[in-house]
Amino acid sequence: MSLSPADVSRIAHLARIEISASESAQIREQLNAILAFVEQLQAVDTTGIVPMAHAVDVVQRLREDRVTESDRRDDFMAIAPESEAGLYLVPKVIE
Amino acid sequence: MIDSSLKELSAALVGKEISSVELTTLFLDRIEKLNPTLNAFITIDREKALSLARAADAKLGEAETASPLTGIPLAHKDIFCAQGWRTTCGSKMLANFVSPYDAHVVERMAAAGMVLIGKTNMDEFAMGSSNETSFFGPVKNPWDLARVPGGSSGGSAAAIAARLVPAATGTDTGGSIRQPAALCGLTGLKPTYGVVSRFGMIAFASSLDQGGPMAKSAEDCALLLNAMAGFDARDSTSLDRAAEDYTLELDKPLDGLKIGLPKEFFGTGMAAGVRAAVEDALAEYRRLGATTVEVSLPNSNLSVPVYYVIAPAEASSNLARFDGVRYGHRAAEYRDLIEMYEKTRAEGFGSEVKRRILIGTYVLSHGYYDAYYLKAQQVRRLIAEDFRAAFASCDVIIGPTTPTPAFRFGEKSADPVQMYLSDIYTIAVNLAGLPAMSIPCGFDAGLPVGLQIIAPWFAEAKMLNVAHRYQQATDWHRRMPGGIK
Repeated sequence: MSLSPADVSRIAHLARIEISASESAQIREQLNAILAFVEQLQAVDTTGIVPMAHAVDVVQRLREDRVTESDRRDDFMAIAPESEAGLYLVPKVIE
Repeated sequence: MIDSSLKELSAALVGKEISSVELTTLFLDRIEKLNPTLNAFITIDREKALSLARAADAKLGEAETASPLTGIPLAHKDIFCAQGWRTTCGSKMLANFVSPYDAHVVERMAAAGMVLIGKTNMDEFAMGSSNETSFFGPVKNPWDLARVPGGSSGGSAAAIAARLVPAATGTDTGGSIRQPAALCGLTGLKPTYGVVSRFGMIAFASSLDQGGPMAKSAEDCALLLNAMAGFDARDSTSLDRAAEDYTLELDKPLDGLKIGLPKEFFGTGMAAGVRAAVEDALAEYRRLGATTVEVSLPNSNLSVPVYYVIAPAEASSNLARFDGVRYGHRAAEYRDLIEMYEKTRAEGFGSEVKRRILIGTYVLSHGYYDAYYLKAQQVRRLIAEDFRAAFASCDVIIGPTTPTPAFRFGEKSADPVQMYLSDIYTIAVNLAGLPAMSIPCGFDAGLPVGLQIIAPWFAEAKMLNVAHRYQQATDWHRRMPGGIK
């Protein structure tokens, strides 16, 4: 499997990372080298092997339905790049 | 004093030979003098550290509130959020981020009375094996300033090796505690996955990341792990287990210990000097009463490719939160929301981080998920089962931590796959979630060599015992880089 320039551009858009035209060729080369390296996994027979998502089996814990956190809205808003009246400011999404 | 163990420092503090303020000042002065050369710290805060030291001195005055770590300076890898401290994760993306809360590990070390002295440099978002990817510049290896300290906890490793701090925290996703510990001549321990909470530890690959202690000796690591480990309801993968004293088994004799030697770890690819040091260490273990048995980890050669599917996949998801909206860097110019995200992330992330996000996005994308991600998770189980089978015939597994000693800056940075292979002996442990540690076992052309000890799940106390007995019989862990005074 080898990525085309169009593939790299599509992946970059999905990942929300702008890639300049000058970076694209080098990134494509490196991604293809990594994909060629991981390609060796395809030779392994994994028929019937249950995928292992975590090293230790865990179950989702439940806790009592009560408030445990204090209101720290101001602290969290204070570190935002732009905020106003308790809201995060971002460019207009809907005209 | 700078060369003392944590136990010796504690005795000096309790015996009033030195106050925590004096001890902290001693290390702060050393940092001020040597950090411009080593670049081991990203943030140092003298006032905050001295204020914590004063509080520790007050605790030391009341015996019932003091712990064996009270008053001892500590550095946190800059991946751990510490309230009121800049927490950058080695990235431009978080260069201006001041954490509004403490990581669980930070809370626990503070509760033990340790004095936070600063935040150590690291590969950006813990992605790297050489500490060359930090936005804040590379860390130098105190044993040879032209060489890397290892990554990603290289700042913590260099700081301890140069005696800028007696202990530090690290995190290990594919070997990032053990590999820098090996390259800097230290002891570093990666606990069983789930033993140390990941709450407040900036996530890279959630199913692999694990925090752990780095120090000069196994005994020091045992004391630190006592403070770090413990259940935390805020981390859904934190294991609810009874508290354990990891120092209790340290002195047990090793008579009858069965050491497994994986034949796959002793093949080609290991530097001759590393092989010689590891074989000398095994001879020492035999003198201490252990026997060795050959074991096999037949799928271990697949651990690096499995890792470079799973870790980027999880990273691409975890790093989606860095979008310029709620915290961190935001691009100055953009036309719309999508362009704001894309420019922010292009400017904020370095090339290794971008590369891994792109790979992760690709392997999780429609049509490729089964071929890459699912396949890797299946092979991951085979790797874990190899360990389970090997531990049926031995108590611990021992081998080299890294194939070579510290390499030169730039030597591997142009070829990502070559760089990834420097973690060839460490990555399988993370995939299986096992505990493992690296201890110094000799030198190759003047550079430290690390011995890796891998234990069954939750057998940290046994692993520390195996390391400690070796350190009682040898003095590799006491060596200090000659050029750093």
